[in-house]
Amino acid sequence: MVKGRMLQGARAMAEMTALCRPKVISAYPITPQTLIVEELSQIVADGDLEAEFINVEGEHSAASVVLGAMAAGVRVFTCSSSQGLLLMSEVIFNIAGMRLPVVMICVNRSVSAPLNIWNDHQDSVIMRDSGWIQLYAENNQETCDLLLQAHKIGEDHRVMLPVMVCCDGYLLPHAYEIVDLPSQEEVDAFLPPYDPIYKLDVDNPTTMGAYADPEKYMETRYMLQETMKKSLPIIEEVARDFSSTFGRTSHGLFEKYRVDDASTVVVAMGSMAGTIKDVVDELRDQGEKVGILKLICYRPFPKEALYEALSGAENIVVMEKCISLGASGPVATDMRSVFQGRPATPRISGFVIGLGGRDVTLDDIKLAIGKAQQQLEDADFIGLKEDLELEGINA
Amino acid sequence: MKITLGTVTHPGGSRVNKTGSWRTTNKPRFLHQGCVACDVCALTCPEGCIFGTGQNTYYANEDYCKGCGICANVCPVHDIEMIPEAGEDG
Repeated sequence: MVKGRMLQGARAMAEMTALCRPKVISAYPITPQTLIVEELSQIVADGDLEAEFINVEGEHSAASVVLGAMAAGVRVFTCSSSQGLLLMSEVIFNIAGMRLPVVMICVNRSVSAPLNIWNDHQDSVIMRDSGWIQLYAENNQETCDLLLQAHKIGEDHRVMLPVMVCCDGYLLPHAYEIVDLPSQEEVDAFLPPYDPIYKLDVDNPTTMGAYADPEKYMETRYMLQETMKKSLPIIEEVARDFSSTFGRTSHGLFEKYRVDDASTVVVAMGSMAGTIKDVVDELRDQGEKVGILKLICYRPFPKEALYEALSGAENIVVMEKCISLGASGPVATDMRSVFQGRPATPRISGFVIGLGGRDVTLDDIKLAIGKAQQQLEDADFIGLKEDLELEGINA
Repeated sequence: MKITLGTVTHPGGSRVNKTGSWRTTNKPRFLHQGCVACDVCALTCPEGCIFGTGQNTYYANEDYCKGCGICANVCPVHDIEMIPEAGEDG
């Protein structure tokens, strides 16, 4: 018998959040994140979670509220998408710099203009330099599993960094899937109460993140960078702990699917990994040595583990739902940095796919793999409509 | 000194930041001739770095003074003047 309940993704994420017992939740509705905070608002209003749900006038305020609440010493949660995350961005950097282990879900959506409410990864990928740990989920179960782990990773005294759990807009929170959520007792045993190292206290006043002149600022960034690197084994440790506690594998930094003897390995994040696994199975049936590495932990970027996992491949095919306009896909660029100057020298091609909710089809994936096996491709857009006239480009 | 996680500091902690180095051209000189100890210079100093205990005792702590000149402007007996940072001959 399948364990779990048939739940809409947003409901499952809200229930998982409530199980983590945040004391303060603040968020501002934005498509396609709205369902999650509506559910949480209901859970708090029904008295099923002892928390303060603070309504605010925008995302900058929502992020500021959770920053302040966490600085006062309690566990918090927020959630946003796209333009909302961009509006938060100033506070996003502050939260990391103040070493407050806020947990948020980014329901991934494209960035304007033009206005588009559908899924890609541009919004959260822009935040990759902020000092937040970023974990990307393939499905609703994994989103919930990562959400629980996110609090434990971020609040670890060796880490003390915020964690952003990223899930694909519409494709996950709006989809109904069977999700197995742990009981309150199991969560309480896995996730101890938040134990702040510093907190705002009227009896012992402190200032957090106020000022660092040129004699000190650089050290604060170095501390973040070193802690990011040191958090890699802790993310793996928490995933192992989760897997043994709940009897369901959580893959830590990345998931390897038919990678070990593969000559061509696709690297991708989020829900399209599921589609790519189907393509891998189909190509394997035809005798092709193909695999996929699903990148879960994008920041910190697990360079050494990726080198270890992929040094046997001839072709690495990065498929990503984002682009650093004027350069390459950010994930492809990061993948190239893994192999620069090292003995293994796979060809690393980059494809931009599925922007603004364009479907990622089996044929698109096969096309990209085929191209990468022929020659090096860089920021090659897959799935463009050939019948459209593009002013300044072909018209 | 120790840099804590999130650069957490306690009251008075910012005294280590000797921001007087931001001063560029001018600094105040307290003439100590006609001072009436009205305290207006100390009360209006935006850095709170002017101190004095009676007539002709006031001074600015140059570790924090930005050289803004407000003290010289507000002094009712013109007992403060702004001089070049490098000294009167600078």
